[in-house]
Amino acid sequence: MNPEKVVFGFFIVLALTLNFGFFVGEMDNPAHHNAYELFAVLIVNLIATVLKFGDRTQMGAVLLATSLVAVLQLFAATLVWGVGVYATEGGLTPELTASIVSLSGGAMLANVVSVTLLVIETVLLRR
Amino acid sequence: MDTIIFMIFRRMRQPLLVLIVTYAVAILGLTLIPGQDAQGNPWRMDFFHAFYFVSYMSTTIGFGEIPYEFTDGQRMWVTFSIYATVVAWVYSIGTLLTLSQDSLFLHAVTERRFAYRIRRLREPFYLVCGYGETGSELVATLVERNYHVVVVEILQERMNVLRLEPLREYVPALRGDAGRPLHLLEAGLRHPLCAGVAALTNSNDVNLKIAITTKLLHRELTVICRADSHDVEANMRSFGTDYIIDPFDTFGIHLAMAFQAPGLYLLSEWLSGASHQPLTEPVYPPRDGVWIICGYGRFGKAVYQRLSEEGLKTVVVEATPDKTGTPEGGVVVGRGTEAGTLQEAGIAHAVGLIAGTDDDVNNLSAVMTARTLKSDLFVVLRQNQSENQTLIDSVHADIVMHPSRIIANRIRVLLGTPMLYDFLRLAQFEGDEWACILLSRIVALVSDEVPDVWELSIDDEAAHAVWTAIREGSSPILGDIMRDPRDRRQTLECIPLMLARQRRSVVLPEPATALKAGDRLLWCGRYRARRRMEWNLQNEHALSYAMTGEAVASGLIWRWIKARGLRPGSVGRRF
Repeated sequence: MNPEKVVFGFFIVLALTLNFGFFVGEMDNPAHHNAYELFAVLIVNLIATVLKFGDRTQMGAVLLATSLVAVLQLFAATLVWGVGVYATEGGLTPELTASIVSLSGGAMLANVVSVTLLVIETVLLRR
Repeated sequence: MDTIIFMIFRRMRQPLLVLIVTYAVAILGLTLIPGQDAQGNPWRMDFFHAFYFVSYMSTTIGFGEIPYEFTDGQRMWVTFSIYATVVAWVYSIGTLLTLSQDSLFLHAVTERRFAYRIRRLREPFYLVCGYGETGSELVATLVERNYHVVVVEILQERMNVLRLEPLREYVPALRGDAGRPLHLLEAGLRHPLCAGVAALTNSNDVNLKIAITTKLLHRELTVICRADSHDVEANMRSFGTDYIIDPFDTFGIHLAMAFQAPGLYLLSEWLSGASHQPLTEPVYPPRDGVWIICGYGRFGKAVYQRLSEEGLKTVVVEATPDKTGTPEGGVVVGRGTEAGTLQEAGIAHAVGLIAGTDDDVNNLSAVMTARTLKSDLFVVLRQNQSENQTLIDSVHADIVMHPSRIIANRIRVLLGTPMLYDFLRLAQFEGDEWACILLSRIVALVSDEVPDVWELSIDDEAAHAVWTAIREGSSPILGDIMRDPRDRRQTLECIPLMLARQRRSVVLPEPATALKAGDRLLWCGRYRARRRMEWNLQNEHALSYAMTGEAVASGLIWRWIKARGLRPGSVGRRF
């Protein structure tokens, strides 16, 4: 058992589950999407990304790429949230919520790819 | 590049994780702890404000408690967060600084910079492996002659020496094992402009490996190897190493030549010497009498063998004959530095002394002692270290032989003007008298400094005008291109040493020889003659003037006038 693999697997799966938790619910209803959940997704995804730093394998490079995509999407989502709430008059409107949630949906797709790759790698390693 | 980025990332993984986690905990805590707004209503900090606050808190900028004054609970949390985040930052920055001091990291950076510099080279260069005594002499003499050089050396001290050397141009150097193909590739082995490789490390095995690597990865390159044993030599020859140089044999041959044919010896000294070196006087070692050879190591053996072949009487002085072996004629045990040993060796009847041990101090001491015993002794002194130059100079030995320099000059000739090597080989068949006549011709040309030696091939690139003229049916002769382009009655200060046409080489070709496309010529003479000759070689008008004495009409009208025959007597050559 490789502890590095366990830790990374834990974080990437956690990122996916949290991401899913934030994503489900009515698209434009702010009450269905919790800020704490988005925060947790962001942090866990960041950790997963950093864990893949300096990994010279092919799989490591691809996983780093997918994690970076997820982080980018989540940053965009938080930015939209922050700007919408604090820099404009309207506050958290349904339109804003919908775009935040769709951005996090993109991040979730990237995380799904990461987890799929992880599963493939595990299966290949089993021989 | 990859290595460096991966190294940074790998090292920064831990600190970044610590930083992310501390930030996350601090932000989360701030959003969870209840606070109060200005009116005393319960209020909770949101993520935006929490992130803003932690950002300036952790970097200890400290804008104060915003948007509302903190409650005691919040302050307790902030106190904890300050210490946690500041420590995390110190840890991250510390790691980054440590990395920048890491020798492995620094080496990776220099190696990368070196590889980049080599890739960007736009002029032909030579790759020298090993910057020892011979390597440094070779680099100096190559740079002196305007060649570019790249060095691979394994020892840091020698690299430092190279950096301190007052060379005229920058010599890129890589610290690494030249036996590893990776390092050779980084040093530009496969670079299209790499012109040759000289393997001069101390180890035969490494030299062998360099030769094999070169012949496998870049077949066309000239490889010159140093080899100490005939065994390794045969091995190197087997896969096509171009030139193999045995320092001991080379030294022996050189010395033998000085005895056998002083004129030829001087000729080779002048033609292969470093540029701007003053002309040396000819020396005539006495042949009838006993020669004392101090030292019977590998050099001593080579010298002994050559001198015996020459038919000279020799006495060998050696301190440890049980290690080095004994020559047929017996040996006088001793270092040769004390009067007793030299007297035993028969210094009273000797005509010459060869101080040939591998220790400069012993050699000097032997010479001094021998001179006090017999003042008119002919002295041959072997110099081992360049740094002892002043000492060696002050002894005024009749012949000073610096093996490293001899080899370096030889390699430089092989790399830069390989025709000179052939010329000197052919010159040996011509005899000493012939050499002396040539020497006097050279003296008449250059008077004080050694002549410049250069090659010329008659092709479109190097001699456009001559090449075109030959193609158009006229036959310029050697004497034509030697005319002064400013006044054709004068001859340029140069001597054609050799003409190579297909497989045949002619030594000292006649000026009346007609030139053919593809001819290769070896010249010696003044540098300015070389520059002026360029006119004849490249400029059609200059060549035509040199050939016929007529300035060709170049404009349309003048050509028309000429064609009409308005200037009778002109030899209208049309271009």
